[in-house]
Amino acid sequence: MARLRAIVLGAGFPLALILLWHYAVASSGTKLVPTPYQVGVMMKDFAFGGVYDDAFSGTILTHLLASMQRVYSGFLLAVAIGIPLGLVIGKVPVFRQILDPTLSLLRPIPVTAWLPLSMVFFGLGPRSAVFLVFLGAFYPILLNTIFGVRSVDGRLFEAANMLGCDGARMFRQVVLPAALPSIFTGLRLGHSFAWILIVVGEMTGVPTGLGAVIMDGRTLSRADLVITGMVIIGVAGFLCDRLIVALNNYVLRWSPQHRG
Amino acid sequence: MARTFLDIQDVSKTFSIGEEKVEALRAANLQIEKGEFVCLIGASGCGKSTLLRIIAGFETPTSGAVSVLGAKIEGPGSDRGMVFQDYALFPWMTVRNNIEFGPRQKDLSSSEIKSTTDKYLEMVGLTRFADRFPYQLSGGMKQRVAIARVLANEASILLMDEPFGALDALTREQLQDELLEIWARTQVTIIFVTHSVEEATLLADRVVVMTAGPGRIESDNRIRLARPRDVSAPDFNDQRRVLTEKLTSHVRRRTLKTAA
Repeated sequence: MARLRAIVLGAGFPLALILLWHYAVASSGTKLVPTPYQVGVMMKDFAFGGVYDDAFSGTILTHLLASMQRVYSGFLLAVAIGIPLGLVIGKVPVFRQILDPTLSLLRPIPVTAWLPLSMVFFGLGPRSAVFLVFLGAFYPILLNTIFGVRSVDGRLFEAANMLGCDGARMFRQVVLPAALPSIFTGLRLGHSFAWILIVVGEMTGVPTGLGAVIMDGRTLSRADLVITGMVIIGVAGFLCDRLIVALNNYVLRWSPQHRG
Repeated sequence: MARTFLDIQDVSKTFSIGEEKVEALRAANLQIEKGEFVCLIGASGCGKSTLLRIIAGFETPTSGAVSVLGAKIEGPGSDRGMVFQDYALFPWMTVRNNIEFGPRQKDLSSSEIKSTTDKYLEMVGLTRFADRFPYQLSGGMKQRVAIARVLANEASILLMDEPFGALDALTREQLQDELLEIWARTQVTIIFVTHSVEEATLLADRVVVMTAGPGRIESDNRIRLARPRDVSAPDFNDQRRVLTEKLTSHVRRRTLKTAA
């Protein structure tokens, strides 16, 4: 019963927004913004074809997979570099002294400001998009890992030390697991930034991907295509976030306050 | 003469807090025999926890040295195990994993690790709770895990920093009994910091009274009461009164001086 109530309350608001959207478009008579129904038709065509039969019909998987591949290449690269670097910076003072000023200077630069340079480095194409995704996901993961290590109760390290654990084993057996709650916060933040940046990354010079679809929609003045691309990114990002939350809940099952 | 088991020679410790220097411990001398149960007692700031942390190897003395069987202590080691007031269990590990943490750091076969762990799980009465996480345990149970974790590591000196201070009175009494039983069974040497005169009188072979400002050892008192001790017996009360007198006389002198 409580669950049903939650679903009704949670679904009611977006349904009301869609109704509002419908009546706003219908009453103003605008041709620039499609109705929800027109977007629905576009989504069906994008997924299965058979309505407009143009270059976008039935191509959803091509674009979705292209985007996901770039999102997860960049994201996993950020994980592979951000977590170990964060553990070391958090635990070893000399690394913090060497790297902290540089990172603090680079951090305020918006990732989108790297776009021109990344095109110089990686050319027009998907590699540039992967680089932007990497940058966007990297900082939240790195900073939350550092924060996680630094907020571990020092007595855990003392306890591990007196039980004969040190060096590299300390990182694997104590530092990493102790910092995991904070690392997962970083993973979720980084993951959402990754999806934000894929659109920016795909806006120039790539033929496939959901960002490219949105840009094509703009060029062709097809708002239904633009909104379709937006909805698919929203849904894909949401579903993948639920996967991370499920992983979070399994890995952090020892800590009830960190269940998502 | 046989070599002293644990020898504390002229140990002083000065902490620098900013510009200010705080003398936490001045010229402490103490010799402890194998298998003894020694309580350190005193008001806060008397250096009892500092002395314990120096024995553990977590702090280095400013001057003087601590040695076990003639070997100078240079850092934490598995011959000495600390039981912290707030447990310092690894929250991501089950009870079993916490206890086997020490044995796992050595090159033991998995059957040896399992039999050691089972033995100490049984000794602290937590066999049924082996697969629980620390957050699922009561304070008393957590402290039993902490004790078992140190014993499983085959520590010969058990260092306990107000281990029962956070527990309710009933649980504390029960754990005091269990600790005495474990001490009798394992013949481990115990150095136990407390601020309760009754606890010290109940548990210790020797009660070392410490005083603050600067922290130093005031007196070393052998408790000759037969075991098991009865806290309501007249001779127990006499002993407790003598110790209380020694503990508070110094404080009272200082207070009077400050008032004048």
